[in-house]
Order: sequence, then C-alpha cells, then structure tokens
Amino acid sequence: MFRFDTSLFVSILCFAGMSTTMAQSAGQPTDPQIAHIANTAALIDIEAANQALRKSQNKDVKAFAEVMVRDHEAVNKQVLALLDKLKIMPEDNDTSKSLADAASVKRIERSTLSGAAFDKAYAENEVTYHQTVNSALEKTLIPSAQNGELKSLLQTGLKLFKEHEKHAVKLVSELK
Amino acid sequence: MVRLNILAGGVLAFSVLASGSPSPGAESRVYEIEIDNLAFAPAEVLHVNDIVEWVNADIFQHTATATDGSFDVDLPAGAKGRTILKRVGVVDYFCRFHPDMQGRLEVTPDSKRG
Repeated sequence: MFRFDTSLFVSILCFAGMSTTMAQSAGQPTDPQIAHIANTAALIDIEAANQALRKSQNKDVKAFAEVMVRDHEAVNKQVLALLDKLKIMPEDNDTSKSLADAASVKRIERSTLSGAAFDKAYAENEVTYHQTVNSALEKTLIPSAQNGELKSLLQTGLKLFKEHEKHAVKLVSELK
Repeated sequence: MVRLNILAGGVLAFSVLASGSPSPGAESRVYEIEIDNLAFAPAEVLHVNDIVEWVNADIFQHTATATDGSFDVDLPAGAKGRTILKRVGVVDYFCRFHPDMQGRLEVTPDSKRG
C-alpha cells in the first residue's frame, strides 16, 4: 500500500526540480506527499465517523465517532496551518489514492448495513484502519519526513491514533 | 510539571468533588496537573481540601473523570478546570474521550500536613 511507482516518483522529482526532495532516496515519500497522505487519512476517518453518526443508534459508537471527528479535525487543522507556514502544497500520490479507494469500498459496504451489524463493522474497521495508518506512520511517514515540525506533528498524531486504536479495540469488545 | 500554589480560602469557581466548601480558615493548596501529549502528569500526595487544577496543554479535548463518579471535568483544548478534594482515599481517573489516558490521586487526611 505504501510503495511508490518508481517511474512516477522520478517524474515527480523532475517536476519538483531542484528541491530538497532530490536528496531523498527513491521510494520515500516527500514532505508534500506525506502531508497529503496525513490529510487524506484524517478525512477518511472523519467521513467514516460522520457515517456512523448518521447511521448508528448505539451511544458508545456515537460517542467514539464524535471523538474521531473532533480529534482528527484538530490534527488536520494543525497540519494545514503548518503547511501554510512552510509554504508546502500537499501533493497527491499513489498512497493517498489507494487509502481513499480502499476506504470508499469499505464505506459503501457499511452503507448497506444497519443496527448492530453496522456498529460492529464500523468499530472493527476503526481497529484495522488505525493499525494500517499507525504502521505507515511508524515505518514510512515519520522516518521519511524531512521537516522537523512536520515530523513532530506526525509523532503527536501517532500517539493519538494509537490511543484511538486501543479505544476502538475496547469498543469492539463492548459491542459483543 | 506539578506546581504548588497557596490559596487562602477557596474563592474561585470550582468543579467540586463533593458538595460544600473548604472549612473556614483551612489552607487550600492548588496543585497543577498538566495534560500534555495525551498523558496526565503524575500528582504528588494530596490532602483533603486541596485543589487540583487540571491544565490541558494539548490541542485535543479531554476530561478528568473519576472512575467512582466523584468528579468529571470537561477540558477543551487549552482549558483549565478545578476539583476540590473532599474525601480521603485513592481515586483513579481517566479521560472519557481517550480511555487509555489514566491517573490516580492519593488524598491523605488534612491533619497529616507537615
């Protein structure tokens, strides 16, 4: 999921020209790409939470979804403010696309469910989704980030999303 | 991380652990417990009538919520809130929004104060 097509990457590098991205080894996402991935990942979880707020009747599921919206919006606000400060334009990339595509498929699947079946699907997806994002943050995004402030914000994000992951595991166990 | 202030007679608006105000003349100490990077700072041993001032230094909304239901303080990002400690004993607390964030208050009798 987090592999980059080399030829695309080379063309991105050429397009970017004489920037610091040239110093990075091929295959690693650049800061503009990392920013786009972080932003996309947050928007996906907010969208999933909004679906849960519309569809679920379970107070624990709704409370969890409210936290997801609020926390991910808070992180996103920080990411966007930092990008503005650093004059970095988020750059779409294959990782963002595959994250968004996979999430869209799952969201459509959940749209056909209701009641306890929906709640279970949402909560279980929140566990696996946060696992995926956390693994990407730890293994790829944080190590690849060049800007110190971006790296630090991603680390805060990782701490938060690990908490979300545990919270989602707890929610799944409570729904059983 | 945990800052001690002396406050003669509690006069501020508190989120109260139990009903009633500090006994007249009792010295209320204010202990600050900061929330930073999704963690509560550890607290020192506290005394009855002491006040905990919760300071949310995070960009996220939190709560300080006692597992025994004795207090539940909402703490929006950057906000502060207070709890008066009215009872001796150990109180575990957590954040309702982030249940993995946990802490413990140990409240000893007022007479033990040195």
